[in-house]
Amino acid sequence: MNTRLKFSIWLAVVYAGIVALVVAIGVMVAAGLPGEDYRVLLRIIDERAQMLAFVAMLLLFLCAGVIGWLFKNYVTTARSLAEQTRIVFATNPEHRIESRGGSELVDLAASINRLADAFRRQQIELETRAGRANSRLEEERNRLAALMSELAEGVLLCNAEGRILLYNEQAKRLFGAAATPAPGARQGLVGLGRSVFALLDRDQVAHALDKLQYSLDQGVELPATRFITGAATGALVKVRMAPFLSAAGRIAGMVLTLEDVTEQMDREAQRRSLLQAFAAGVRAPVASIRAAAENLASFPEMDEARRVQFNEIVAAESRQLSAMINDALFEYADALKAGLALEDMRAAELLNVVQRRIETLLGLPCALDPVPEDIWIKVDSFAFVEALASLAARLRDEYAVRGVRLRAAASGRFAELDLVWTGAIVASDALALWENQPMQIGAEHTPLTLKDVLDRHGGEIWVQSHKTSHTAWFRLLLPLGEPVAAIPRRSRKTDSRPEFYDFDLFRHTDAVDDLAERRLADLQYTVFDSETTGLEPSAGDEIISLGAVRIVNGRLLNQEVFEQLVNPQRPIGRESTRIHGIDARALADQPTIDQVLPQFHRFCEDTVLVAHNAAFDMRFLELKEAVTGIRFAQPVLDTLLLSVVVHPSQEDHNLEALAERLGVSVIGRHTALGDALVTGEIFLKLIPLLAEQGIVTLGQALDASRETFHARLQY
Amino acid sequence: MAKKILIVDDEPNIVTALEYLLQKNGYEVLLARDGEAALKQVEAHRPDLVLLDVMMSLKSGYEVCQRMRERPDWQHIKIIMLSAKGREAEVSKGLSLGADSYVTKPFSNQELLARIGALLARAEKPGGA
Repeated sequence: MNTRLKFSIWLAVVYAGIVALVVAIGVMVAAGLPGEDYRVLLRIIDERAQMLAFVAMLLLFLCAGVIGWLFKNYVTTARSLAEQTRIVFATNPEHRIESRGGSELVDLAASINRLADAFRRQQIELETRAGRANSRLEEERNRLAALMSELAEGVLLCNAEGRILLYNEQAKRLFGAAATPAPGARQGLVGLGRSVFALLDRDQVAHALDKLQYSLDQGVELPATRFITGAATGALVKVRMAPFLSAAGRIAGMVLTLEDVTEQMDREAQRRSLLQAFAAGVRAPVASIRAAAENLASFPEMDEARRVQFNEIVAAESRQLSAMINDALFEYADALKAGLALEDMRAAELLNVVQRRIETLLGLPCALDPVPEDIWIKVDSFAFVEALASLAARLRDEYAVRGVRLRAAASGRFAELDLVWTGAIVASDALALWENQPMQIGAEHTPLTLKDVLDRHGGEIWVQSHKTSHTAWFRLLLPLGEPVAAIPRRSRKTDSRPEFYDFDLFRHTDAVDDLAERRLADLQYTVFDSETTGLEPSAGDEIISLGAVRIVNGRLLNQEVFEQLVNPQRPIGRESTRIHGIDARALADQPTIDQVLPQFHRFCEDTVLVAHNAAFDMRFLELKEAVTGIRFAQPVLDTLLLSVVVHPSQEDHNLEALAERLGVSVIGRHTALGDALVTGEIFLKLIPLLAEQGIVTLGQALDASRETFHARLQY
Repeated sequence: MAKKILIVDDEPNIVTALEYLLQKNGYEVLLARDGEAALKQVEAHRPDLVLLDVMMSLKSGYEVCQRMRERPDWQHIKIIMLSAKGREAEVSKGLSLGADSYVTKPFSNQELLARIGALLARAEKPGGA
C-alpha cells in the first residue's frame, strides 16, 4: 500500500479516535448533570467554541506530527530495511544497509549488516574453494590433453553410447578423410560428440565389448581386447580397446588406442613372400644340380656327350640360383632390415644429443662440426647415443684422448657419422675387440655390444686415420632415413583450453527425446557459410566454397572445421570475384559439388545447422538435392532472424553489424570458413540473450524465427 | 713373368675352385686360410693381387685390408674383397678401407677374371694405381 495513503488512514483513525473519546467523555459528564448546570456547560462550550476548534486543530497537527515521526523512523525505515536486505541477498552481496530511523531499527540494521558480512565471507570462501578445485581440475585436464597429444598412438575415449569424449591429433590423422577413399572403408570423422561407430564397425565393437564384459564377469581386473580395422585412407589400424568402469562396476565407456600397422603388415607380408619365394625357388635348381653332380660322380665311365650335358645342367642351374638369390635380396632389402624401433631423425639433432652426452657424462670436451640440415637417418637414437658415448669413453680411458669432434656427411644411400680425435692411433683389431664387448660408459653397463647396435641399424663401423694431420676417426655408416614433416604447432590461443576433449559429454545421454524440446545450450551445431558465383541459385549460380565449424557443449571447436573450394563448372561473375577474391584458376583443380556435398553431409551429421541468412545457403543446397541425392533434413537456425528476435528495434542485422553489437572480432571475412567462425561466435552470444526472452529450447527458437520471418515478409 | 695372386678364404671348396680357375688362366697362385697367414704370405711373396674374403676367423678381411694399406711399400698390391653378405654398407666399408673392388658371392668366374684382368692391367700402366 502506498505510504501516503497509509499515513492518511492512520492519521484519520487516531485523530477520529481522540475526538470521539473527548466527545464521549463530554457526553458522559453532561449526562449526569442537573438541568441548570447542563445549560451553563452548553453556554461555556458555546462561548469557547473558537478556542475548542483551535485546540482540535492543534490536536490534529499534533497527531500528524507524532504519526509522521513514527512513520519516518519505523514504518518507512523498516520497509527500506527489507528492500536493502533483499538487494544484499539477491543482487549485490557487497551492499550494506544504511542505518537510519529509530534506535531499535538502527540496531536491527547493524545486526543485518553483520549477518551480511558473515554471509559474504562464507560465500567468498566457497567461491575460492570451488575456483581452486576447478582450476586444479582444469590443469589436470590440460595436462592430460598435452600428454595425449604427445603420444605416438592415436587415442579415443568414448562413453558407453560410443560418443567421443576425447581424441588426439594422431587419432584424427589416422581416420583422416582420404582424397580417394579405399573401397568399402568407413568415412566417419573424428570429433567431439561424434559417434565412434562412424569410424569402426558397430558389430566389431559390440563383439569386443562382449568379450570385455565376459572378462570382467570372470574377475579379470584390467581386461583389454584387440582387433584390426581399415581406415578410409586405406591404412590398417590396430585397435586396442579397454573399458573404464562406473562406480557401480558397469562399463561406462572405453579407451581405444590406435596404431597404424600398415607398414608393419606390409613388411611382414614382404618377409613372408621372400621366404616363400626362397623355399619354392631354391628347391628345383638345387635338385637338378644335385642329380647331375651325383651322376657325374657315380658314373666316371659316361660318354663325353653325357658329361657335357650334365656339366651344362650344373652350370645353368647354378647361374639361375645365383640370379634368384641376388634378385630376391635386392628386392626385399627393406624387408630384411631390422627396422623396428628405428625412427627417422635429423643427423644434426642426433649428434647434438651425442655431444651433450659425451660432455656431461664423460666430462670430455666435444666439438660439433656444422651438419647439413637435410641429412636424416634411421636410428634407434638411445642405443646409438650410448654406442658413440661408449667409444668416446674408451678413447678417453685407454688412449688418453683429451677431446673429440663430431661430423656428418651424406654418401650415397648412407650417412657417414665420424667421431674424430687427434693423437693416438687405434688399431683396427682393437676396434674389432670393442665391437664384441658389452658397451660401458663410466659405471653404466649395458648388455648390448656395439655390434648388436650396428646390426640392428644395418650399419658398419671402421677406424680411419690421416697421418699428416695426426687425426683419426671412427666412421659409422648408417642408412639414410626419410625426412619427417614436423607436426605443426597449432596456433592456439593461450588462454583457451585445448578442444580435444569434453568430459562434460559424459553426463550427456542420447535419450533422444524430441529434438525441439532440447535446450539450445545443449545441442551440437554445424555453423556454415558458402561463397557462390552469384546471388541467384535458380539462375544457375553455384557454390564455389564451403566452410563450417562445429559447436559442441557451447564451445566453438576451432580444430574441427570443414573448408573446401568447389569447382563450379561455370564462369565466375566479376562482381563476386571482387567480394571473395576467388578466381576461376584457383578452382579448376578442385572437386565438384557432387563430390563435396557427401563429405559436408557427413561433417554435419547429427547436428543442427546454423548460418547467417540461412535461407540463401540452404537454397543452394536444396537445388543440388536432385543431382546428389543428399538431403540436409536437420533443423536450421538463422542468426539473422535470431538477431531480429533479440534486437527488434535495431535496423542493421548484417554479419558485421551484428558482430560489432555483440563484441565479436571479425577476422578473415569473405572466406567461407572465416564467416562461419564469426557466425558461430555470434550464435553463441545470442543463446543467453534469447534465454532472457524466455527462448530456451530449439523448438522455441524455431518458432520465434518463423514469426519474425513472417513479420519481416509482411513488412 | 706370371702375375701372383693370393687367395685368402677359410672355405676350402671355393679355394679349390678359384685356384684351379686362376692357374688355368696363367696366374701363379698362393693360398692362405686366415688373416694372419695372409699377411705372412704377402710379406714373403709380394703378390700382385689379393682375393680377400671378408668373413674369416682370427682376422676379418677388413682388418687384413686395413693392415695392408698401412704399409707404404704394399700400396701397389690390388685387393678384391669377396663377401657372402654384400650389403651396401659392407661394400662401402670395404672400399673405404682401401679395397680396389668388391665382389659378392655368388659370382661368375668370367666376371671375376674380367675384374682381375682390369685391375692388373691398370697396375701395369706407368703412374697407375
